Amino acid sequence: MFSTQHSALSTQHFSSEARSKRVLAALSGGVDSAVAAALLVEAGYEVIAISMLLAGNADGHDGGCCSIDDFQDARRVAEQLDIPYYVLNLKEAFRSRVIDVFTNEYLHGRTPNPCLLCNRDLKFDLLWQRARELEAHFVATGHYARVTYDQQNDSYQLQRGTDQQKDQSYFLFTLSQAQLARTLFPVGHLTKTEVREKARTLGLRVAEKPESQDICFVPDGDYARFIEQRLSAEQVKAGEIVDQDGQVLSTHEGIHRFTVGQRRGLGLGGLAEPRYVTHIDAQSGRVMVGTRDQLGTRGLLAKEVNWTAGTQTKETRAAVKIRYRHPALPARIIPQAEGKAVVWFEKSSPAVTPGQAAVFYDGERVLGGGWIERAL
Amino acid sequence: MQTIYLDHNATTPLRPEVLVAMLPYLNVHFGNPSSVHRAGRRAKQGLEEAREQVAAFMKARPAEVLFTSGGTESNNLALRGMRRATYDTGKHIITTAIEHSSILEPLRRLAGEGITVTTLPVDREGRVSAEDLAAALRPETTLVSIGLANHEVGTIQPITALSRMIHEHDVLLHVDAVQAAGKLPLEVHSLGVDLLSLSAHKLYGPKGIGALYVRKGTNLLPLMSGGAQEREKRPGTENVAAAVGFGVAATLAAQEIEWQAAHSLRLTTRLWEGIQDKVSHVSLNGPERDRLANTLNVSFAGAAGEGLMMGLDLAGIAVSTGSACAAGSIEPSHVLLALGRDEAMAKSAIRFSVGRDTTEQEIDRVLEVLPSVVERVRAAARSQS
Repeated sequence: MFSTQHSALSTQHFSSEARSKRVLAALSGGVDSAVAAALLVEAGYEVIAISMLLAGNADGHDGGCCSIDDFQDARRVAEQLDIPYYVLNLKEAFRSRVIDVFTNEYLHGRTPNPCLLCNRDLKFDLLWQRARELEAHFVATGHYARVTYDQQNDSYQLQRGTDQQKDQSYFLFTLSQAQLARTLFPVGHLTKTEVREKARTLGLRVAEKPESQDICFVPDGDYARFIEQRLSAEQVKAGEIVDQDGQVLSTHEGIHRFTVGQRRGLGLGGLAEPRYVTHIDAQSGRVMVGTRDQLGTRGLLAKEVNWTAGTQTKETRAAVKIRYRHPALPARIIPQAEGKAVVWFEKSSPAVTPGQAAVFYDGERVLGGGWIERAL
Repeated sequence: MQTIYLDHNATTPLRPEVLVAMLPYLNVHFGNPSSVHRAGRRAKQGLEEAREQVAAFMKARPAEVLFTSGGTESNNLALRGMRRATYDTGKHIITTAIEHSSILEPLRRLAGEGITVTTLPVDREGRVSAEDLAAALRPETTLVSIGLANHEVGTIQPITALSRMIHEHDVLLHVDAVQAAGKLPLEVHSLGVDLLSLSAHKLYGPKGIGALYVRKGTNLLPLMSGGAQEREKRPGTENVAAAVGFGVAATLAAQEIEWQAAHSLRLTTRLWEGIQDKVSHVSLNGPERDRLANTLNVSFAGAAGEGLMMGLDLAGIAVSTGSACAAGSIEPSHVLLALGRDEAMAKSAIRFSVGRDTTEQEIDRVLEVLPSVVERVRAAARSQS
């Protein structure tokens, strides 16, 4: 129904009339956003580069997305492209809207996705405020995703990035039609290899820079310790590890150390069959474990659903991704009142993790998505 | 695009006369001033002439002038050098809440090393009161450090009045005059200071050179070791060309200090009247009088300073807001918070600082551009909330 629309990269944005328009391009210091900005400059846009200072004090803070080195790289790329460069101080917003939420979600037995929160509340919200201040027509990022225009329905469509390995459309399901209309993903139609190749051709200094990994504000990857540093002793919810019948198998030092589907770190050796976390009960502090068969569920309840491609009120078939790195699974989606939706998986029963997003796909196209409230 | 530069409190352009004076010391007279031979003597001559010029600039003796790498080093040397010299007795230092970070940060470190630091509050215009100072002075106080003029809002402190009280208590006075130099007449004796910091690039000299005045007889220990330069107070081969530039810049600044003050006042008055005329809900940060004539700090209620600064920059107008961190992002000004502004007002402030090269046409151009930039930033904030 839509397959022909996404062949040309956001054609409406790259038409000649769009040129000379002002774009606010987010530069992270990495290669993807650098090439994104470079492509916009090549296409004739007036590009203003922005980096966002999110975490740390950027004074001696090492690693992660907000190290001095990354800002230095971003600044030098902007110099190479001969475009103005600014650093936005979003530390306060990042603390209240991402880090605090991140910590709080773990305390409620959920597994948050800070990149999703950051995209929704910072990249595409506060960045947009700056864009309006500076009379910029578009905001651009280095995400691997595409926006196309559906003439028939006069609507904008969020599509997977061409590089299936890198596709980041999962992180973008919260975008509204108004935001999609003014968002550019210049590397969305390229593969990572092509992006690096382009960076080399342009002589961009970040061409060979390695990928950033893990959660940007927890550079060492030890998020449990990060959370513990931010909590008082009473807030840490220690408790029991129980089996499906409620039999106590062991104890643990805090529910924030667990996520659904987790196998390691349970301290349950010597069992014939491996055990996985199937459920985390924040109230009682209990972590329930089970076998692989007991891990899966038939469906989930999603809240704060955003219908990216246009609001759905009827049952819809779609492929649903319940974690960024999971494959999309065929499912039926039944919209509910108050912006919720029930998702029933058709062939599989995956491990559903409250706090993550469920994103609905029709082939390449994102139909919408919501935050997983609980497994059904 | 022609840039209109209204950020002279951050730095100033090098005067052509200064560059001309410096050049021979970068190529022809390249000698090391510590060398005994002719080349060394020639370089030393330039260095010592520069010292005389900088000394004359503040009516001090040449022997009382130490060259440093700039204002930050001068401030650190004053605070830490005094600490080292008075290690047994120096237990208490007094400063104010609106000092530059090169005062407040070293003092924070010293506080961690066992020194007690009293930070005096300021009033809504940024002035420190004699009563507060009197109440803070104790028998174990060794040093008071106060900025002569504030870098962000331009408030001028009544140093002469304060220094009398300080000396009656047998306490030493350090004055950070980095921002005041070239804008106010500077006489170390009438000010009654024991230590005074200067920086060349704030008065149309080169970056990377500053000075610390150390009144004769004041005991100060160096922070580094490794050479006999600068009376062993600041070892390391001297930055001769920069010192020569500093000397010339200081001499020229002293000659035109009245003209510059009048010129600056005319421009900032024009700018402030124009802003009040064309933009609603604006307020002045800092005093109406007794302020550096070149400095105008204004809060634009409901508009983020960061957005204003970027919008003006894209229109070719250079101003500043807050102070930049290592990454280059803007932190809310501790000075404005100390003046009793709330965080929102502090974040909506823009500092305009004019210079000897600023023209009325430039001010008028700013007044053409500014209202629409403010309106846009305010509108964006409204649509956000």
